[in-house]
Amino acid sequence: MLEHWNAAGFAEASTDDKLVVVDFWADWCGPCKMLGPTVETLAERYDGKARVGKINVDQDPELARHFGVMSIPTVVFLKGGREIARKVGVMPEAVYDGLIQENL
Amino acid sequence: MCYDILIVGGGPAGLSAAINGRARGKTVLLLSSPREDSPLWKAERVENYLGLPGVTGAELLTAFHRHAEASGAEIRELRALSAMPAGERWYLSGEDQVFEGRALILAAGAVRGKPLPGEERLLGRGVSYCATCDGMLYRGRNVAVLGWTGSAEREADFLRSIGCAVRYYDRPRGVEILGDETVTGVRVNGREEAADAVFLLRPAVAPAALLPGLAMENGSVTVDRQMATNLPGVFAAGDCTGAPYQVAKAVGEGLIAGQSAAKWADRQG
Repeated sequence: MLEHWNAAGFAEASTDDKLVVVDFWADWCGPCKMLGPTVETLAERYDGKARVGKINVDQDPELARHFGVMSIPTVVFLKGGREIARKVGVMPEAVYDGLIQENL
Repeated sequence: MCYDILIVGGGPAGLSAAINGRARGKTVLLLSSPREDSPLWKAERVENYLGLPGVTGAELLTAFHRHAEASGAEIRELRALSAMPAGERWYLSGEDQVFEGRALILAAGAVRGKPLPGEERLLGRGVSYCATCDGMLYRGRNVAVLGWTGSAEREADFLRSIGCAVRYYDRPRGVEILGDETVTGVRVNGREEAADAVFLLRPAVAPAALLPGLAMENGSVTVDRQMATNLPGVFAAGDCTGAPYQVAKAVGEGLIAGQSAAKWADRQG
C-alpha cells in the first residue's frame, strides 16, 4: 500500500527493518505526477515486503532539505535508516524495481 | 483525456506531423517552445523550398503554424521535460502538466553544441532543466538562470516571484558550471558567481534526455522508413533524425511520422 508521509509518519517508517522507498514530489512538477502511477504499482507489488511512500516537498520542505533533495522527482532507498541508493529524475520502472529486488 | 498523438516540437516536422495526424481524424497535442526560438525563424531567405523561392523562414513557420492550428491540432507553448511508457500508452510531461497519448512523435530539432562543462556531472545536484519543478527547493537562495529561449526570462521571473535570488544570463557563451558534490557557482566569460542552483533553459531538448532507452546513432535518433524508433509507438522526424537540416526534409518526415503514428493509434483502438 502506498503511504503518504509527513515528518512524524516518515520518522516512524524509517525505523522499520524493511526496505523504505521514498518518492519526493510536488504538485507543480509534471515529471513527478508522471512517475506517480509507477510508484503506486511498486507499492502494491511489494506490499508487506517494502514500505513505499511519498513526501510532498511543498508541505515538508525540511524533510527535503534533510535529504539534500535538489531536483524532483527524487527517489531515495533506505535500509535501517541509512540511505543505500538514490535516483534523480524519471526512470523506467525496471530501474526502481531492480533496486528494490536487490535490497529487500 | 488520452490523445491519439502527442508531438514534441513546433518546427516544420512537428507541425507537418500534426496536420497529417489530423487528416486521419486523430486527436493531436503538440508541445512547442515559442516559434521565435526555431532556427527556421531566423532564416532570412529559404531558397530551396519547392514553389516558394525567397520566402523568409518566419513567413514559412507562421504559415505552417496557422495551417496546423486550423487543422484542429492543439498547440501548447510548454517545455517538454520527459516521457515514459504507461502500459500500451505514453506519458509526456511539460512543465507542471502531464499528458497521455497512444503514439508519441519526437520532432524537437537538433541539439546544437555539447553539454556544458559540469552539466552532466551535476545534473540533479543543482543543475536543473525545470524551473517550475525545482524552483521551490531554492527559495531564499542564489540561483543562476541561463536562457537560450524566448520564454527563459519568464521562467526567471517565476523564480524571483517565489523568492529565489536570481541572476539571469541571456544566451551566454563560455559557460562552466562549478562544484564538486553539488553546484556552488557558475563561470560565465571568466566571471565567477556563487549559486546553489543553475537552471539551463534551451529551446531543443535532447531526445535521449527526454526518453531514456531511445536508440541514437552519432547524436541522431535512429529511425526506419516509417520514422519508427526502437521504442514501440514512438516516432521521430526532422532535424533530430540527422542531416540534411532542411525544411522540405523535415516536412516530408513529419508527414510519414504523422501517418505512422495514426496507424499505430488505430491499432491501439
